[in-house]
Amino acid sequence: MERLIIRGGHVIDPATDIDGEYDVYVVGGRIAALRPAASDTGEVSPDAPGVTLIDARGLLVVPGFIDLHTHLREPGYEYKETIQTGTDAAKAGGFTTILCMANTNPPNDNESVTRHIIKNAENSGIRVLPVGAVTQGLKGEKLSEMAGLKSAGCAAFSDDGAPVVDAGVMRRALEYSRIFDMPVISHAEDPSLVSGGVMNEGVVSTRLGLKGIPNAAEEAMAARDIALAELTGARLHIAHVSARGTVELVRAAKGRGLKVTAEATPHHLTLTDEAVEGYDTNAKMNPPLRTKEDVEALRAGVRDGTIDAIATDHAPHSVIEKDVEFDGAANGIIGLETAFSLIWGLVEEGVFTPGTAIRAMTVNPAKAVSIDGGTLKVGKIADITLIDPARSWKVEPGNLKSKSKNTPWAGAVLKGVVVKTIAGGKIVYGGPGR
Amino acid sequence: MRLKRKDLLGIEDLRADEIELILSTAESFKEVSDREIKKVPTLRGKTIINLFYEPSTRTRTSFEIAAKRMSADAINISASSSSVVKGETLKDTARNLEAMKPDCIVVRHSSSGTPRMLSKYVACSVVNAGDGAHEHPSQALLDMLTVKEKKGRIDGLSIAIVGDIAHSRVARSNIYGFTKLGASVIVAGPPTMMPPGIESLGCRATTDMESAIKGADVVMMLRIQTERQKESFFPTIREYSRLYGLNEERVKRAKDDVIILHPGPINRGVEISPEVADGPYSLILDQVTNGVAVRMAIFYLLLGAAREE
Repeated sequence: MERLIIRGGHVIDPATDIDGEYDVYVVGGRIAALRPAASDTGEVSPDAPGVTLIDARGLLVVPGFIDLHTHLREPGYEYKETIQTGTDAAKAGGFTTILCMANTNPPNDNESVTRHIIKNAENSGIRVLPVGAVTQGLKGEKLSEMAGLKSAGCAAFSDDGAPVVDAGVMRRALEYSRIFDMPVISHAEDPSLVSGGVMNEGVVSTRLGLKGIPNAAEEAMAARDIALAELTGARLHIAHVSARGTVELVRAAKGRGLKVTAEATPHHLTLTDEAVEGYDTNAKMNPPLRTKEDVEALRAGVRDGTIDAIATDHAPHSVIEKDVEFDGAANGIIGLETAFSLIWGLVEEGVFTPGTAIRAMTVNPAKAVSIDGGTLKVGKIADITLIDPARSWKVEPGNLKSKSKNTPWAGAVLKGVVVKTIAGGKIVYGGPGR
Repeated sequence: MRLKRKDLLGIEDLRADEIELILSTAESFKEVSDREIKKVPTLRGKTIINLFYEPSTRTRTSFEIAAKRMSADAINISASSSSVVKGETLKDTARNLEAMKPDCIVVRHSSSGTPRMLSKYVACSVVNAGDGAHEHPSQALLDMLTVKEKKGRIDGLSIAIVGDIAHSRVARSNIYGFTKLGASVIVAGPPTMMPPGIESLGCRATTDMESAIKGADVVMMLRIQTERQKESFFPTIREYSRLYGLNEERVKRAKDDVIILHPGPINRGVEISPEVADGPYSLILDQVTNGVAVRMAIFYLLLGAAREE
């Protein structure tokens, strides 16, 4: 059997409370053992056949990251991203499992689309778990065939990109999802409160003369969906939380023992609406970048576990959608390749402990959608990411793997480099050498 | 003298001395429009493109006349759809225009920020002729010129701006302009049309029109777009007019020598009663006349004077 030995790295595995220097042994694609570093390493010769030795001294060794929220754009929008380019970006970002949203063309509202996605992702080397649509055609009217979607490999349900506007339909979706014990992911947004808004509503939108989106647009819908989760006993996951009121709502829901989880993106954790100054369309997203108070609330939410997961909302768009007037520009930015470094930047600033950051990118998202993984526990699939926490890199859009280059961090120097991504015991990014 | 800048994108960017320079230059150009031969050769050989993505008669005509009185060649492009609709990037639009070698592009667009984005892509000057709800600098300059002419000063005056503040680029540019020159500005309108944090631009805000115009030296009425009624910004035109319309009774609350401005076009009987619009304190037509002079000054200070250095 193929063996991989990752020697001398600093292992952080929040799920098992391991935080220290260990050698990680991988056999047959699974974690075989963790032993304190520099203990007896003589038993395996580096020259032994079938053994790959990785010198991880000075590196962090963590479970492969899990992203609950990506847009791979295939099928239908291959000019923005393909499963190939999107998974390449994921691997470069240290992700070994990604969930891809259903707003493709055709949308992933039936099992044949799910199968197509999974088949095209087979050679990526990482786990691609499609999210099936809640409603047929993402129209918010009739429920999609959830059993079919599940059997084909979907991990959750969401109409992400648009909310399920009709409360009655959302109620039925949540009720019906209980058959499968799978979460419905809510893109919490009341369209009548968005009403053509293109950025956060506040002092900055007033100054820039751009139509604002109030926090209440998200909070009102999140409150509705939490009430429906309470009514139905279903699992609800709130996507890309941006408003401080939503953090409060989720905290209260968890306090009542509801099956509610939530995620926040690296950009909502690091940027405010002031990034829109100068009308940079790479600062245009939905939900919009909010204020400092919201950012602080999100950070506190990650720290106390109210916000379970950090998810990228990786949203590739071409220049034709981004290099245009602000009002008409598409929402969203790419995020897979910058996510870890941005979060590591917050660790460096003292906002998060390393454990909190890694937890929100590994075991917590795994739990939110019931994936067996996100940990380096013995016996689990060997999804492992190696990081050089001391090295910095410059974001050069041309060098990113994603097909689209819509990032607000072009030219920025970020600390924390993903040096190797291992999925199922195989090195899928970074090559065998140091 | 010149403006040491390539573009005129907004009043927010301007210093008080730059505003003063534009106003005094405009004053000196007013006389040209009263001549028998209304033309000076100052900008001969310069090409100015008026790129209007939004319908406009008054502003476009004013810019065109200003260019022609300075002997520049003015070309009007009425773009019916935005780059988004055309599937063209703004950069492509800009490069195509640039390839025609203009000296200045005057742009009006319904999307805030478009002039700024365009200015990044072209080497020639860009003048903002109104972008979304952001800024309308030439309008504010002509308003300031009109007030300065009548009052002899701007410093220390009380200015009330009444109406749909949220959707008004005229309001924003005037708040910046008048406060930079030392006036105090209060804006009034229904809370549904009052943008959050408008005070951060340097003005005060109220929902009570009568208190806003009390003791005002200048009352500026904004056009109310009747479509806003459909979006429930106010119940009916009648009620809007009752709360925020300017009639003779209300004018009495302002100073005796108050002047009334309106960027036009006027909805007579809605935001302003006919008697007020046509009254002795109304300077609405002076504003239009001054618009040409201000735009001549803008072209001169961006294109003409720069050449002489």
